[in-house]
Order: sequence, then structure tokens, then C-alpha cells
Amino acid sequence: MQIGTGHYLVLSTALLLIGTLGVLTRRNVVIILMSIELILNAVNLNLIAFSRHYGHVTGQIFAIFVITVAVAEAAVGLGILIALFRNKGTVLADEIDILKW
Amino acid sequence: MIDAIFFYTFALMTLIGAVFTVTRKSAVHSAISLIVSLLGVAGLYLLLHAEFLFATQIVLYIGGIMVLFLFVIMLVNLDEAAKQAQFNGQKWLALGCGVVVGAEILFILAKGSSAFPLPAAAAVASTSEIGNTEAIAASLFRDYLLPFEVASVLLLVAIVGSVVMAKKRA
Repeated sequence: MQIGTGHYLVLSTALLLIGTLGVLTRRNVVIILMSIELILNAVNLNLIAFSRHYGHVTGQIFAIFVITVAVAEAAVGLGILIALFRNKGTVLADEIDILKW
Repeated sequence: MIDAIFFYTFALMTLIGAVFTVTRKSAVHSAISLIVSLLGVAGLYLLLHAEFLFATQIVLYIGGIMVLFLFVIMLVNLDEAAKQAQFNGQKWLALGCGVVVGAEILFILAKGSSAFPLPAAAAVASTSEIGNTEAIAASLFRDYLLPFEVASVLLLVAIVGSVVMAKKRA
């Protein structure tokens, strides 16, 4: 049985949806950040599947840039999380509601 | 045949790891499930002949980002957060939205090959006489040199930003 680009696209759709559900439903900010990593991995899988499909290396270059942005996002996000925990004493996203009225 | 076996093994690793990441109660268990998921994605990169990204995925994601996550989980006391409800009230709404978006994407994937005509898969053998890493280096340092330099500025900003965020106020 031949594994084509379509198989990778369906898999990356599933990964994207699982990550999205994690972002929408979890209360713990650490796990929300992990779900964002899942979403970015789904995007990378798509880019590399199409890079293979066209026999062209540009998709892999963009995947490298996505990984760079993911690293920066994780570092800054976890820094914010530590500052938040120090000031508010909680890591639950819906308890951080001082902008709500 | 062997291709299909490897694909389904790595796909199963990826999806089961992802589901456990989203559903586990303890953040440490989530992090370990995420490592399994990222390893599965790395295996898929290898199947797609993206060897450089396979190594990058292992070194950067599993070696870098996941250690950062585990470090923060240890630093931030999650014990009392683990005792409270892990999901907010919009679980069913989110599930419905996920099903709708998934149906939409799968519909486009199933029907859209005629709506979005893709050129036939190019001859993959065109890059096989030079290695994957050489091809990436030639493209990254020649065609995409400016984005590469901008990415280094982004990383500098991220370093300064995270240090300023995480340091104790004087």
C-alpha cells in the first residue's frame, strides 16, 4: 500500500484538531502551551509533506523558521508564566481575570 | 509495505501522545506524552526524507523545549492546581467546534484535489545526488539569508524578554 501526501495531510489535520481542543478546554497554562506546540508540529508536518510532494526544499526551510518561532514562543511564554505565578499564585487560565468586569 | 508499517506506527505514536498530552491530569505526564508525540513526528520527518529536520526536531524540541517545560513544571508548584478541575466549562462547545472544523478540512482534502489542482508530484530523485542537509544549507544561506538573519534578531529579543519576565523584581 502506497503512503501518499494525503495520508500526511489527514494525520496533520488530526494533530491540529487535538491541539486546538487542548488550547480551548484546558485550564492549566503549561498544558495550553504544550497544545500550541502540537499545533505548530501539525503545521510543520504539512510543510514537509508538501516539500516532499514537490521535490523542493523550501517547505523544509519554512519548517525551520516555524521551529525558531516555536522556541521563542515557548521561552517567552514560560517566562510570563513564572512572572504570573509569582504575582498571582495560580497557573489556571480562567483565574487570571483582572481585565474582566 | 514496510513504508506503510513505519508510517502507521509513527502516526499512532503521534496521535496517542497528543491525546494523552491534552487529557492527562498531571502536567508531568502531559510533558512525557508530548515527548512521545514529538518523537513520532520526528520519525515521520525521517520517512519524508527530511533528515536535517529529524535531527533538529530531536535536539531542539525534545532536548530543548521539553527540558524547559519540565524545568518550569518543577519551578512552578502545580500540586494544588492538579487538585482542581482540569477542564473549563466550554468542553462540549469546543468539541463541537473541533468536529465542525475537522469535517470542513477533511471535506476539502477529499473533494478539493479537483478544486485546487496540484501539479503532479515532482521527480523526487532531483535532489538525491546532493544530501538533504546540503540542499537545505544552499537554500537557507542563499535564497533565504535575510529571513535567517531576522530569525536571529527574534531569538535575541526572546532571550532578553524571557530573562526580564522571569527575574525577580528588585
